[in-house]
Amino acid sequence: MASHSESIIREPLVTGDNITYARVTNEVLFPVENKPNTAWWIGFTIAFLGALLWVFSISWTFWFGLGEWGLNKTVGWAWDITGFVWWVGIGHAGTLISAVLLLFRQNWRNSINRSAEAMTIFAVICAATYILGHMGRPWLAYWCLPLPNQYGSLWVNFNSALVMDVFAISTYFSVSLVFWYTGLLPDIAAIRDRAKGLRRRIYSVLSFGWTGSLKTWQRFETVSLILAGIATPLVLSVHTIVSFDFATSLEPGWHTTIFPPYFVAGAIFSGFAMVQTLLLVTRKVLGLENYITMFHIESMNRIILLTGNIVAFAYISEFFIAYYSGVEYEQYTFLNRFTGPYWWAGCMMYGCNILMTQLMWFKKVRVNIPISWALSIIVNIGMWFERFVIIVVSLHRDFLPSSWAMFYPTVVDVSVFIGSIGVFFTLFLLFIRVLPSIAIAEVKLLLKSSSEQSKKKILASGHVDPEQAEFYKQSLTSYDSVELADYE
Amino acid sequence: MSSTKFILGLFDDPDLMMDGIDNLRKNSVPIYDVYTPMPIHGLEAKLGVKDSRLGYAAFCFGLLGGITAFTLIYYTLVHDWPMNIGGKPNFAIPDFVPFVFEWTILFTAFGMVATFFYSTHLFPGRAPRVMDLRATDDRFVIAINAKGNVPHDDITKLLKDAGAVEVKHNDRKYVSYE
Repeated sequence: MASHSESIIREPLVTGDNITYARVTNEVLFPVENKPNTAWWIGFTIAFLGALLWVFSISWTFWFGLGEWGLNKTVGWAWDITGFVWWVGIGHAGTLISAVLLLFRQNWRNSINRSAEAMTIFAVICAATYILGHMGRPWLAYWCLPLPNQYGSLWVNFNSALVMDVFAISTYFSVSLVFWYTGLLPDIAAIRDRAKGLRRRIYSVLSFGWTGSLKTWQRFETVSLILAGIATPLVLSVHTIVSFDFATSLEPGWHTTIFPPYFVAGAIFSGFAMVQTLLLVTRKVLGLENYITMFHIESMNRIILLTGNIVAFAYISEFFIAYYSGVEYEQYTFLNRFTGPYWWAGCMMYGCNILMTQLMWFKKVRVNIPISWALSIIVNIGMWFERFVIIVVSLHRDFLPSSWAMFYPTVVDVSVFIGSIGVFFTLFLLFIRVLPSIAIAEVKLLLKSSSEQSKKKILASGHVDPEQAEFYKQSLTSYDSVELADYE
Repeated sequence: MSSTKFILGLFDDPDLMMDGIDNLRKNSVPIYDVYTPMPIHGLEAKLGVKDSRLGYAAFCFGLLGGITAFTLIYYTLVHDWPMNIGGKPNFAIPDFVPFVFEWTILFTAFGMVATFFYSTHLFPGRAPRVMDLRATDDRFVIAINAKGNVPHDDITKLLKDAGAVEVKHNDRKYVSYE
């Protein structure tokens, strides 16, 4: 029931006074219905220049071939696969927020799921560009698909983890897209019903004729629940399969059975960090502090802490298993992460992912926006280095010492990577201009049950245990969007 | 004979709208539909709408996807062009699992969403059949077919008593057509 109100000891999910349904629509649609501000233009210009750099460097790669990258005979996989795994991992948080948190009825997901899902889609697009890019002859990309051909037919090898990847990533991308777009329909309809002229026509087409009738909503909720139910195992399977790319090989450093859970935890870890990076800026620039509150920020930091420690545990197990297996190649690979020529990459990986994350144990850190933002960037850097260490550092010491080599990225390598970040931010910035960055309908659901004003009503009614009321007031002290004077 | 086609009770609060529905039902006024900016839980039970059967459709599509993937891999890997890879068996079911799983999910998602769009008549470019433009913003709208439901003033009063902020007597069914 809409009138159901939550216990007072839970933190409010929407803050501010006089938040009406109309005000939610107005505030969320403000960036969509108005001209962008200077901050947006500056961000967009930089991101778009990055995207142009990507277009240039990937065209360069296609024209001159993979020889333009710093790959050599020993290190045949480097920044491309590092970038691919990094982006796919980042994408995972969106699905986790929209699907897993829905199944667990975590209502705080309602205000962050939309932008996190959008982030998933853009991150998977960036990941897919690496797949196509590293093929060298991208016009033959269809060779990955099981299509009949003139060779008789010579099918794809379904025993290969790389073919599993093709299926997993394409399924993940398309299912995420469907999930995201279905959820967008009611909000697109809200834009449509307020718009005039050409805008109205465009949003009308995009809204699929949504009306918000009883049966539409009922089916919509069924669809959301089932999609969440299937997206949950899907997201776990995707990074599991990505880890198979390495785990099914015989390469020391790759050949580990712990990879699937380790990769999944790392993916969620880096994904939440990216959500944090984006939302801390978005909420400020778009003025959405009342919807993305300190509780959301702290909850995400808690998840970063949890998954960061799962990752730390996986790192430690890797070292232990290398020691315990008695295999000297394995032992050398892990020691080499600290003693070899790439010691600095190993230090970045373990330092950013394990040591820095431990700061999150302190509540003061979790509720501090600048520090949280800095830490989220550090986590993303650390997770990039994790993939770099796993891939390049494992490869560069071959079984044969005469084949030992170093990997030196070329300008093209670096440009493709920086360019893909540009592509990502260009897409994200366009998204917050043309579509609502917060799921309007889902936030409206929270107004009567878990908003600050509903909690104030409960407090005003007087039927509250004073101890619980005190606890509630204490929990509000970290919020930056609450007027504490109201509670004196 | 009045030209009113639909009577709309506009509420600014979902709980008051629920009261409005109770009022109408106590007086045996049939409700045409309810338009809300967000899903209202408990509404379908109140109005006696049966559970959605989309779950069955989802299951069937999932089964279809799993069978399709299994058949495809069996045909290509075992039947059509068996490859000798280190003397390992061709019919290696563990290798099938990721593909069967992925296509089960893929078919479930696309099949179910397509069924949802089909049964709810949603498709790109469909003219939105909106009775009140604020139903996607901040109004919870109860629509009553005016034909046969007279007198209109009594219905208006029932809605007003429940707390409707506005009651509209619309001459057109949908306001969204230009």
